[in-house]
Amino acid sequence: MSGDSVIEAKNLTKTYGQAVAVDHISFSVGRGEIFGLLGPNGAGKTTTILMLLGLTDISGGEVSVLGFNPAREPLSVKRRVGYLPDTVGFYDQLTAADNLRYTARLIGFRFNEREKRIAESLERVGLADFANHHVGTYSRGMRQRLGLAEILMKGAQIAILDEPTSGLDPHATSELLGIIRRFKAEGVSVLLSSHLLERVQSVCDRVALFSAGRIALMGTVSELGREVLGAGYVVDIEAEGAGLAERLTLIPGVSGVEQTGIGKLRLHADRDVRPEAAAEVVAMHGRLKYLGVEEPSLEAIYNHYFDSKPDEAGKEGARHAA
Amino acid sequence: MRREGSAFNGLGVVMLKELADHLTSIRFIILQLIVMLIAVGTVYVATQQIKDTVAEDPFLFLKFFTTSREPLPSFIFWLSLLVPVMAIGLTFDAVNGEHNRRTLSRILSQPIYRDALLFGKFLGALITLAIALVVLWLLVVGLGLLIIGIPPGGEEIARAFVFLLVTIVYAGVWLSLALLFSIMFRSAATAALATLGLWLFFYVIWPVLAGELATIIVPPDPRYAALGLQTPGTVVLEQILSRLSPSTLFGEIVVAILDPTTRALGPIYLSQLQGAVLGAPLPLAASVLIAWPQIVGLVATTIILFVIGYVVFQRQEVRA
Repeated sequence: MSGDSVIEAKNLTKTYGQAVAVDHISFSVGRGEIFGLLGPNGAGKTTTILMLLGLTDISGGEVSVLGFNPAREPLSVKRRVGYLPDTVGFYDQLTAADNLRYTARLIGFRFNEREKRIAESLERVGLADFANHHVGTYSRGMRQRLGLAEILMKGAQIAILDEPTSGLDPHATSELLGIIRRFKAEGVSVLLSSHLLERVQSVCDRVALFSAGRIALMGTVSELGREVLGAGYVVDIEAEGAGLAERLTLIPGVSGVEQTGIGKLRLHADRDVRPEAAAEVVAMHGRLKYLGVEEPSLEAIYNHYFDSKPDEAGKEGARHAA
Repeated sequence: MRREGSAFNGLGVVMLKELADHLTSIRFIILQLIVMLIAVGTVYVATQQIKDTVAEDPFLFLKFFTTSREPLPSFIFWLSLLVPVMAIGLTFDAVNGEHNRRTLSRILSQPIYRDALLFGKFLGALITLAIALVVLWLLVVGLGLLIIGIPPGGEEIARAFVFLLVTIVYAGVWLSLALLFSIMFRSAATAALATLGLWLFFYVIWPVLAGELATIIVPPDPRYAALGLQTPGTVVLEQILSRLSPSTLFGEIVVAILDPTTRALGPIYLSQLQGAVLGAPLPLAASVLIAWPQIVGLVATTIILFVIGYVVFQRQEVRA
């Protein structure tokens, strides 16, 4: 992983006077990976992002973005990284294309390349028909898409998206997540922050759960599920056959079987036992109607984790009050 | 620690965008129209006055700027009043406007430094104002020619041109002050009020206050008072204090440049006047020399205010 990582943070720390906003966090993002920074507002997600971009000073620790140090080589970092801020703003009195033209000039694209890139990127986010409309007339979802178009136009290797889906309706959200998935398909690494767990779960390869400036948990969603919820795998099976429950209990790794309905069983296991369960049903000539493993929900993980640590939640509240 | 690349990367782009924004903004057009109307009015009145009284003056042309007729004040009075208003009107929301539109962090995530954004904004506004003032200047000169019909001499044009440059410098002071407040205050309305308040203070209140303060610190000597004279110490202190105001400095420069007979800006002793031909005009270079400390003062104020703004902006958090 570390050989092919595009973002590498080690003991990254940010303090404002006495207050610690980001407290010794370490993580890495691989090439072409979608990495989610999740956590409540004020947990340090945006501060972390700003440090990665060199837009705020780093109090301690090391960070490298595409091999560059954002504090010393901010231009190299910013040339290769696209950033969509929380509630992105554009110049309302200018058209979408003019807004992108300004950015393209700041990046330093020449006229021909500029126009080509702008047309392409607006086409890809579905705004080609609105290219010459004033951004003042845009909806929130269209603004967010214009922000993604800017990142596309830039040809960024890393896209950093701060709360890209907040305030969007479900339709606009799924459109946006679709565009984010296409980033990944093109080998662009994505770092996104969010407090909306459910939507983010569907796109992130790995997530880091932030709490009061620290990374509380990090890994894939199913890893976290096992770590926090502890239960391991839950396999639901719907099949007909006498004595099936007894036979399934004998599969190695299965810790319990419960009847959840007529012909419906739920297995608790420490690994994915779907192949063995299917084989058992077939072996006893049963009729297998449904076999599924329940993915742990990020929301459940999150609530479970923070419920079990009430003192940290209290500290968070105090920090906000201050 | 050395930063990579140039701090001026993107400076031209920001400057051109600001220039385009200003020149097409309704705010600027309104300000410019007000100033032009006042210019035409005062210069027309001035020419009527000139025709009546001072037709034999060798520096007739410069009188367009300085002559007034009751109840209308002269052109330079209006200019010293309106240039700060225009400057403040152009930049009071320069940085906090970007913050509030939430464009700041997006723009700063492009490969430019904050230096380029701030300097580009300052230059964009300064060039806008320079364009406006040049237009105004040409208007006044042209109007004067039309009405009076006597072509100005080379020296007169040179003096009028120096006056134009000084006015642009004076605009720079208020531009950088408004820019500083637009960095310090998140609300554009607060920034505008603070800048306008400070301008009113320096323009209206400070000259009075400087006199009062001077008499408190150096009480007038009764011996001078008995002779009906001002105490030198008090007068000198009053002048030092009043020169803390950019408006005073600008006023003094204008007097020196537009009135060639000005020999000194401040109290002079009789001994210093020995051998002087009173009322004889000075050459332009000498006039500029008289006002040179004031000109440097205005430039320095601009630079200091800009640097303070720069430092505050560099340390500011960009997050919304």
